[in-house]
Amino acid sequence: MLNLTDYLSIAPFLVIALTGAAVLLFDLVFPKNKNLLIGTSLLGIVGAAFLTGRLWFQYAEGFSFTVSGDRFALLFEYVLLIIAGLSVLLSDRYLQLKNINHGEYYALLLFSTSGAMLMASAKELILIFVGLEILSIALYILAGFARTEEKSEEAAIKYLLLGAFSSAFFLYGIALIYGGTGLLTGLHGQPAPTTQLDHIASIVMLHGFNAYVVAGIALLFVGLFFKAAIVPFHVWSPDVYQGAPTCVTAFMSAAVKAAAFAVLIRITETFLQIDPSEFGVTSDVARQLALAHHVITGVLWAFAAITMIVGNVVALWQTDIKRMLAYSSVAHAGYILVGVLASNDQGRSAVLFYALIYAIMNLGAFGIVMLLSDEKQERSRIDDFKGLAYKHPFTAVLMSIFMFSLAGIPPAAGFFAKLYLFSAAVQAGDPGIAVLGLLASVVGVYYYLMVVVKMWMVPEDRDITTLTWSWGSRVAVLICASATLLLFLFASPVISTFSGSDVTVSADDYSAASAAPVEPVAPPKALAVQPHVIGATAIAQR
Amino acid sequence: MVTVAPTPGDYLPLLILILMGAFIAVLLVALSWILGPKQPSVEKLSPYECGVTPVGTARDRFPIKFYLIAMLFILFDIETVFLYPWAILYRNNAYLSRGFLLGEMTVFIAILFVGYIYIWKKGALDWE
Repeated sequence: MLNLTDYLSIAPFLVIALTGAAVLLFDLVFPKNKNLLIGTSLLGIVGAAFLTGRLWFQYAEGFSFTVSGDRFALLFEYVLLIIAGLSVLLSDRYLQLKNINHGEYYALLLFSTSGAMLMASAKELILIFVGLEILSIALYILAGFARTEEKSEEAAIKYLLLGAFSSAFFLYGIALIYGGTGLLTGLHGQPAPTTQLDHIASIVMLHGFNAYVVAGIALLFVGLFFKAAIVPFHVWSPDVYQGAPTCVTAFMSAAVKAAAFAVLIRITETFLQIDPSEFGVTSDVARQLALAHHVITGVLWAFAAITMIVGNVVALWQTDIKRMLAYSSVAHAGYILVGVLASNDQGRSAVLFYALIYAIMNLGAFGIVMLLSDEKQERSRIDDFKGLAYKHPFTAVLMSIFMFSLAGIPPAAGFFAKLYLFSAAVQAGDPGIAVLGLLASVVGVYYYLMVVVKMWMVPEDRDITTLTWSWGSRVAVLICASATLLLFLFASPVISTFSGSDVTVSADDYSAASAAPVEPVAPPKALAVQPHVIGATAIAQR
Repeated sequence: MVTVAPTPGDYLPLLILILMGAFIAVLLVALSWILGPKQPSVEKLSPYECGVTPVGTARDRFPIKFYLIAMLFILFDIETVFLYPWAILYRNNAYLSRGFLLGEMTVFIAILFVGYIYIWKKGALDWE
């Protein structure tokens, strides 16, 4: 039976989804008044933020421990709400210009946000998948929102096909883990297949791995890497980012990444949080766990390295600012992966901080890109920025702030965001990836500063007379710019709020395994295999 | 309730069932094809179109409205299908109160009702 706590735990994203439905209906009744829709959306977002704050002080975990109200989830929910709020503010002028100012835009944005928030707080794989689909399906539509434009259509169909593939990978991973945990527990009694992350953690801690669980984890990673655009699963992102309406691209680049990394951290922690040294070195399960630790960190290391390098290097050749920011977003996903890799309290808070800063500076940059377009054409070439500073110095200053922040140069918050990430990696005893990340971001400085150089030092070759500000985009871009500067000054109090945001993947409340203590039961003879044949265990003994 | 770990062998009966099903289906079609008398005529060989004489080619373009209607039909069709298991549970349920079950279904129908109002107002149900 559900009780109030269950509803409290999902209240923030419930409110967002209901606001989306309300926006749909308001649009029908008052089709002319888009400001009403913006107001309603913002009201819903503020309401959801309030409810999230309530959960902060009154911990609620709902639906049989599948929806978590831990601080990690709540902080990600805040980040997502900020992204949604800024996107709602940024969009209206651009939507009018492109003649796609339909009320459904705001509704879909809110639905998508509710899915992302569900992903951030779900502790159960099926629920995470449901969140992933709510997030993605709304975005497939949004990517093709400029439906008279061929590019937008192309972006939508590419995103739909590849997104569906990645969802299928994720789902198949869940199925394999469900079967694998059933087999593992079945060897010692009642099979208890599960998709709940804390149950999986305790089963793995007691019984080790088998082939199904290993393959399942790999597929989960593939699915999430697709969503977060990690190399080599990034190929869709430049085309989709370029083709989709710019306001959608801004939302997509920030929100999907935040949600995907929230899930990635939760899943990684499930398997990395277990400390094999707690067990005796003699235990085979302990040896399997140690090997799994090595393999998972090794794989994440490789993906982080290649993502940072490819993202930054390919971005150098881009002439379109949206494509350039797409590759830059790939590179930033690589940086965030370094924090995931660190897999400690510092890494977690650094990832949270980075997700927040990245969202703010990226939304700001896209906000400026949106300004350049006019009724006649979309202007998204980097050359379109030429000489912007002569006509509109203030706008150029704002864009420069965002570019400096993305490049990680002080006095912008992007500097501290990178600093915390790389120092978390050093703390975790992996200076190599930090050095690699620093070198990659040095490459990145070139293409970010190229935009700044074009704005300030190259004379304009076209007539930039009017920039299409609206009150909403003005407010949003100013918020982004001031937050980018202020978070540089107040980085340390913010990061200290973020630290200690433990992911609650504890094995304590797992009753099926409670018969055995944490010290693993002596594994039966057949299970006693060498670590290098990990995974063959369950099948081999048949 | 399963009490032991399932082995691949447990699925053998299922495999046999699938093979038997496929075999019988192929057998019956093959037998009637081999044994049945064949006296073809133009009418018999023409594609079946609900008894009407076929007109034109089947690979024709038709209005996109059909897709819209088909999509909406499927949505509301599935809604109706969901009502059946719910109705069964509503009658014989020892765990959940009827008020709760009724409330859940009310929420479900309410969400669909919002969608219904939306498509109605947007004119998706008007043919012209």
